[in-house]
Amino acid sequence: MTQVKEKERKLTIARAMAEAIAQEMRTDDKVFVMGEDIGELGGVFGNTRGLHEEFGGERVRDTPISETAFIGAAVGAASDGMKPVVELMFVDFFGVCFDAIYNMMAKNTYFSGGNVTVPMVLMTSTGGGYSDGGQHSQCVHATFAHLPGMKVVAPSNAYDAKGMMIAAIRDPNPVVFMFHKALQGMGWLGTEKEAIVHVPEAAYEVELGKAVVTRPGTDVTIVGITSGVHFGLKAARILEEQGVSAEVVDLRSLAPLDRDTVIESVKKTGRLIVVDEDYHSYGMTAEIIASVVEAGVPLKAAPQRVAYPDIPIPFARPMEQWALPSPEKIIAAFNKMKED
Amino acid sequence: MKPSQEQQVWMYKHMLVSRFFEEVIEKIYMEGKSPAFNMANGPIPGEMHLSNGQEPCAVGVCAHLTAEDVVTSTHRPHHVAIAKGVDLKAMAAEIFGKRTGLSGGRGGHMHIFDPKVNFSCSGIIGQSVGPAVGAALSRVMQKKSGIAVAYLGEGAANQGAFHEALNMAGVWKLPVIFIIEDNSWGISVSKRASTAIDRNSDRAVAYGMPGEFIAGNDPVAIFDVVGEAIARARNGEGPTLIEIETSRLAGHFMGDGETYRPAGEKEALQKIDPIPVMKQRLLDEGILTDATDAALIEEAHAAVDAAIQFARDSEYAAPEEAMEKVFV
Repeated sequence: MTQVKEKERKLTIARAMAEAIAQEMRTDDKVFVMGEDIGELGGVFGNTRGLHEEFGGERVRDTPISETAFIGAAVGAASDGMKPVVELMFVDFFGVCFDAIYNMMAKNTYFSGGNVTVPMVLMTSTGGGYSDGGQHSQCVHATFAHLPGMKVVAPSNAYDAKGMMIAAIRDPNPVVFMFHKALQGMGWLGTEKEAIVHVPEAAYEVELGKAVVTRPGTDVTIVGITSGVHFGLKAARILEEQGVSAEVVDLRSLAPLDRDTVIESVKKTGRLIVVDEDYHSYGMTAEIIASVVEAGVPLKAAPQRVAYPDIPIPFARPMEQWALPSPEKIIAAFNKMKED
Repeated sequence: MKPSQEQQVWMYKHMLVSRFFEEVIEKIYMEGKSPAFNMANGPIPGEMHLSNGQEPCAVGVCAHLTAEDVVTSTHRPHHVAIAKGVDLKAMAAEIFGKRTGLSGGRGGHMHIFDPKVNFSCSGIIGQSVGPAVGAALSRVMQKKSGIAVAYLGEGAANQGAFHEALNMAGVWKLPVIFIIEDNSWGISVSKRASTAIDRNSDRAVAYGMPGEFIAGNDPVAIFDVVGEAIARARNGEGPTLIEIETSRLAGHFMGDGETYRPAGEKEALQKIDPIPVMKQRLLDEGILTDATDAALIEEAHAAVDAAIQFARDSEYAAPEEAMEKVFV
């Protein structure tokens, strides 16, 4: 028993991210970190904690509140041989610096015919549920994933967070690394305990662009990413009590999108529910359903989506909680399918 | 431009209201957040940015304004909202997320909108500036009276939006005042570590407008300098950039451990808390007596208590009302 316990090393996503960055910084002096409050403070969401202490202000640099400047600078540094890991504190703040992201970071590789690479990681927090209002609670997954030229990934647990961060830093392409605040393991934002899992100490990669079946099942496929996976797992456990076997697929990456894993799952179950904390229309949920339908997978019922309604995120707790996806909404979606 | 005795008392009183309001909000914010501090819990969830210490920036400016003048503020808006005359009850209810709040609970503390007194704010750094320039342009185009005032922090002066908007205001000579509340901290990053020059007011040169730096966090000094700038703006003489040295007596937000502050800084700032300083001056100059001070304090507490009670007693909107007001 004792030995098993020693092997178990449970980390939060925040700690897993910081460990991944630190390990890459130790082995590759081209890796450096920039952003607001990522230095001595260790990041508002804890994902750079300890880095300033270990590597100093030259490689772990606090920036002015100038996202256009430092994300633009990361594009330039990445193309000149460095490997910047930069943080956009809240994904909601992308508005001010999106040129640097989608017109520069994401396109320079293509524009140069592959002759110029932009090996940078843009990490950013997503998600709500704690009444932070409509400029600090969005996911905007699809906004990023829609635009070609950048990988967009979003882990749901600490194991994936470490492996995907290491893979992202080593990737020669720009990677947007989204982390959901409620999964981060910061107590003050609430903590999804199931995101805190065993993380091996040695460096390892989790391949970007690969979904994973988190929970096998036979009756319905629930597809999600970040918080959506946890809503899906909770719903699956409730459904199990009702004699329904739900399979949960964690996309982990939005771009590239692992359609094959989803299609294989739906071929088996014949039913599909897609869960996303991002807005309903024109989003990831539509993309997944379209991909399954296009593939001609036989369906026993019309696919369902559980996503954020098309409204700015309200502050008041009753309204916000009502609008969020939930296990109950997933079960309601399943029950609707049974009626079909 | 010196404030009258009446104006000085007005400024002092509104500083009191603001401080008492923040003190009560601070207390209620912690309800339900112990032993584990989780932002989602309690009657006031989410982030909370208190304005303690920055009251002079609010009253020294807003003493010159009327309801028709436009003010855009920041993620730290309460003191300015109070000085601008935002309905205290409806603002408190909004901070609690209640149906009787200014926005029915949709906005929250970082999104205070009161069109009756032309006040708004935003949680996005630097995004107070463009809208103030636009409001000033609108007044010129409509030949309507009134000016615009944009508040921003010293950290926001490193945003592109600040520089673009100031240039445009300078080119078009618009009736807009830019007020930088320099509390010397952008969350954990100091002004010195993030800003290439000592005084943001020097940047005014680049945009063809006067730039003023006001030291001391002193409402009377602020009143003086801002009064001249506002008179110029009302007279069609264009914009002014003003940086006010102030102090953030609280953390960036509630829950901030403030480990980044040098030892002793906070204690030193508390010793020059602008409210006792103002009070002593008013007493020394005979503008205030102990009795009138006690009456003002009581009045300020009563206003705050009534607002908080109103917020507490109000109902939440029905959850499905979240779907309303996306379009009108």
